[in-house]
Amino acid sequence: MSFGEIYDIAGAGMHAQTIRLNTVASNLANAGAAAETPETAFRALKPVFSTIYKQTQEGQLSGAHVEVSAIVEADAPLDMRYEPNHPYADEQGYVAYSNVNTVDEMADMMAASRSFETNVEVMNRARSMQQGLLQLGSN
Amino acid sequence: MAINLDAALGIHPQTLDFRVERSKMLAGNLANAETPGYKARDLDFKTVMTQINAGMGHDRSYQAAYRVPYQTSGDQNTVELGKEQARYSRNAMDYQTSLTFLNMKISGLKSAIEGQ
Repeated sequence: MSFGEIYDIAGAGMHAQTIRLNTVASNLANAGAAAETPETAFRALKPVFSTIYKQTQEGQLSGAHVEVSAIVEADAPLDMRYEPNHPYADEQGYVAYSNVNTVDEMADMMAASRSFETNVEVMNRARSMQQGLLQLGSN
Repeated sequence: MAINLDAALGIHPQTLDFRVERSKMLAGNLANAETPGYKARDLDFKTVMTQINAGMGHDRSYQAAYRVPYQTSGDQNTVELGKEQARYSRNAMDYQTSLTFLNMKISGLKSAIEGQ
């Protein structure tokens, strides 16, 4: 029996969702940021999840852990706004704003926190299972 | 008369072990609910029971099988969160059942030893 790995799996899930929540936070914070040039404009960060199977003892199945393998920049087009009076405006009068989609980010935030809670529940349940096992024969 | 503990406890220690292994697998599915391309896996209780009933004993060599999803998703992930949570929850309850049976067996042995 390996309760230990259940905690590891749920912990990995919680960690991955925390990173996702962090990217959402930084995206939302930079949502309305203007840049001097389109090259330096803030681009929304997106985590890439992947599965890792840990090597276990012979005869035991490996649990599926999750990890953030990379954080990539969203390739959505930048928000070019016509503001000729803005100090960062180019010759045509356009200012480059970040490509963060606020509605997308809010949805992502909710999904991440729900997923985090799922992993917490998994861990809580595993703990009560283990507690029951430890009390075996005591009544 | 000697007591064979394995025989006295019956099938419940094996099922308990199976339940823990299965919840590990289901926890992995839940953790990977949003990983693109992840294929959900599960263990089949029936296979283990058939093995034990056939007198082959319990060798803990569980075979994981891939789940056939009810609906396919765009990112090829086959975890269906609601169903997976239900399975995890039910598996935990089945674990409690095995645990209760074990407790009853042990208290039965206890009263036999104490002669009360």
